[in-house]
Amino acid sequence: MTADKGVLAGAGRENRGRRMVADKVAEFCLAACAAVSFLAVAAIALYMIQGGMPAIREVGWKEILFGRVWDPVGTSPKFGIRSMIATTLVGTFLAALSAAAVGVLTAVFLAELAGERAAGIVGTTVDLLAGIPSVIYGLLGIYLLNPLMYRLERKIFAGSRTHQFTGGANLLCAVLVLAVMILPTVISVSVSAIRSVSEEVRASSLALGATRMQTIFRAVLPAARSGVAAAVVLGVGRAMGESMAVMLVAGNCVNTPGPFRSVRFLTTAIVSEMGYAQGTHRRMLYALGLVLFALITLVNGVVLGAMKKREVSM
Amino acid sequence: MTGNPYTLHRRQIRPLELFGRAAIYGASSLSVFLLLGILCYIFWRGSRTVNVDFLTSVTSALKQTVGIGGNLVNTLYIAILTLLVAMPVGVGAAVYLDEYMSEGRGKALVEWAIEILAGVPSVVFGLFGMAFFGGVLHMGYSLLNGALTLCCMVLPLVVRNTQEALRAVPAEYRWGALGVGASRWHMVRTVLLPAARPGIVTGMILALGRIVGESAALLFTAGSGRFLPGLGRGIYRDLQALAGKVVCSGGTIAVELYLQMQSGRYEVAFGAACVLLVLVFIMQVLLRAVAGKGRRDE
Repeated sequence: MTADKGVLAGAGRENRGRRMVADKVAEFCLAACAAVSFLAVAAIALYMIQGGMPAIREVGWKEILFGRVWDPVGTSPKFGIRSMIATTLVGTFLAALSAAAVGVLTAVFLAELAGERAAGIVGTTVDLLAGIPSVIYGLLGIYLLNPLMYRLERKIFAGSRTHQFTGGANLLCAVLVLAVMILPTVISVSVSAIRSVSEEVRASSLALGATRMQTIFRAVLPAARSGVAAAVVLGVGRAMGESMAVMLVAGNCVNTPGPFRSVRFLTTAIVSEMGYAQGTHRRMLYALGLVLFALITLVNGVVLGAMKKREVSM
Repeated sequence: MTGNPYTLHRRQIRPLELFGRAAIYGASSLSVFLLLGILCYIFWRGSRTVNVDFLTSVTSALKQTVGIGGNLVNTLYIAILTLLVAMPVGVGAAVYLDEYMSEGRGKALVEWAIEILAGVPSVVFGLFGMAFFGGVLHMGYSLLNGALTLCCMVLPLVVRNTQEALRAVPAEYRWGALGVGASRWHMVRTVLLPAARPGIVTGMILALGRIVGESAALLFTAGSGRFLPGLGRGIYRDLQALAGKVVCSGGTIAVELYLQMQSGRYEVAFGAACVLLVLVFIMQVLLRAVAGKGRRDE
C-alpha cells in the first residue's frame, strides 16, 4: 500500500479550477485536524511540566521522591511521596498478578477448551464488563468488600495493641478491586493472543503424543507468551491510572504499603486534594501527575516494545 | 510416559493433567461468577431505587426529591458536545495521516503523539483541563470545559479506529476513483469515508462509552452541578436555558455516583450505577450491531 501512494499522489493533479481549490481547502482542513491532535499532546505535556516543574525545583526531586512524610498543609510543609509511589507500584503489581493468574486461565478456557456456545456466553459477559465505568467497581468495593475486610481484620488483629484499625479500607481491598477491574481487559487481550497461535503448533504437539493439557501449557502458552505479557502490562497501565475505583476503598491515608494498612495512591492523592490545594501544594499535585505520567509511559513503552518484538518474530 | 501403550481403553490418570484442568475450569468459573455477580447485584440494588421520578427529578432537600434528572441532561450534553468536536477532528486527522501524509518522520511523530495520548491517565486529563481550559481560557467549571477535556481523551480512540477502517479499504477503490477522474478530496468523501463508516461508527461508540463512564477527568473540569434548567416556558425559552447551560458547571451521572458514594448515600449511588450500566449496555448492543453489519458488508 505504501508503494501505491506515490502514484496516487500524482493521479489527482489532472483536475483544474474550482475542484482544485476545494481539494486544497479540504487538504488544509485535514492537515489542521492532524495538527490539532498533535498540539493537544504538546499542550498537555507543556501544561503538566509548567504546572509541576516549579514545585520540583522548589522542593528538590530527591526530597520529593525519597521523602517519607507527606504533610502539605502543615506549618513546615513536607512533600515526600515515596510511600505513594511504593503503594502505586505494589498495588498495581499485585492486582495485575492476581488478574493475570485468573485471566490467562480463563482465556485458555475460552480459546482452547470451550465449545462455541460456552465461549459465546463467557465472551459476551467479558466484553460487557470491559465497558463498565470504574466508579461502579469502587462502589461495589466500598459497599461489599470493605465490611468483609473489616470483619477479617478484627479477627486477625484481635487483641493487638499496635495495629491501627482501618474499618476495612486497606491496600488488600484496593488490590482486589483493581484486579477485578482489569480482569476483562486481561482476558480479552489474552484470548486474541492465544487464538493467534497457529494451528500447526497445536497439531504438532498433539501428534507428538502430548495430551491436551501438555499442549496448552508447554506449546500454546509459550507461543502466545508475548501477547499474554502485553495483556498483563496493558492491565497494569490501566490499574496505575485508575483513581476513582480505589479512592475510597484504599482508605486514603499516606502509609507505606502493607496488606491491612490504609494507603494512598498517586492518583487518589491528586483527586482528593485538588479541591482545596493552594500554592506549592497545588503545584506539587501537578508534579504528582508528572510522576504518574512518567510511570505509565514507561509501562506502555514496555508494551509497545513487546508488540514490536512479536511482529518481528512472526 | 504412558502406562500401557498397547491399549486404547485404559486411560491413565495423571495428577498434573487433572490439576491443570481443574485450574482452568476453576479460574474461568470464578471469572464468570464474579463478573455475572457484579451485573446482577447492581441491577438488583438499582432496581429498588430507579423509577420515573428518579430519572426526571433533581435531588433537593426542599422538595424532598431524590433524582438524577439534571445529571442525565448533563451527561447527554457533554456526550454530544464532545462528539461534535472530537469526531470531525479525529476522523480528519486519521484521513490526513493515512491518505495524505507520506511515510516518514512527520507521520511517525504524530502517530507517536497519539499513542502517548492514549496512555495518559484520566486524572492527568483533569489536571490539564483545569489548568488550560479552566485557567488559561477562563472557562472555569463548565460543561464546555469538561467536553473539551474529554475531546482530548477520546481523540486517540477515534483516530485509531478510523485509521484501521481506512486501512481495510482495498487499494483498488482508490485506484478506481482516481482513475475515473475524481479529485483526491472527492475520492475521500465519496468512496473512502462511506467504505470506512462501520469502523468510524465503532470508534464513536467506544468514545461514547468512555465519556459516559468518565469521572476523574470531569470532577475538576465540568464540576458537579446537578440542577435542571427551568423548562416548560415555551420552546424558545427552553432552548435558551439549555444553551446557557454550556457555561454552567454540571456533573455527569458518573460524577454524581462518585459524590453520592463519598457521602455514603448508597441507595442513590446504586440507582445511578444501574442507569450507567444500562447506558453502557445500550452502547455494547449498538457496537455489536455495527460490527456485525461491517462483517456482512464484506
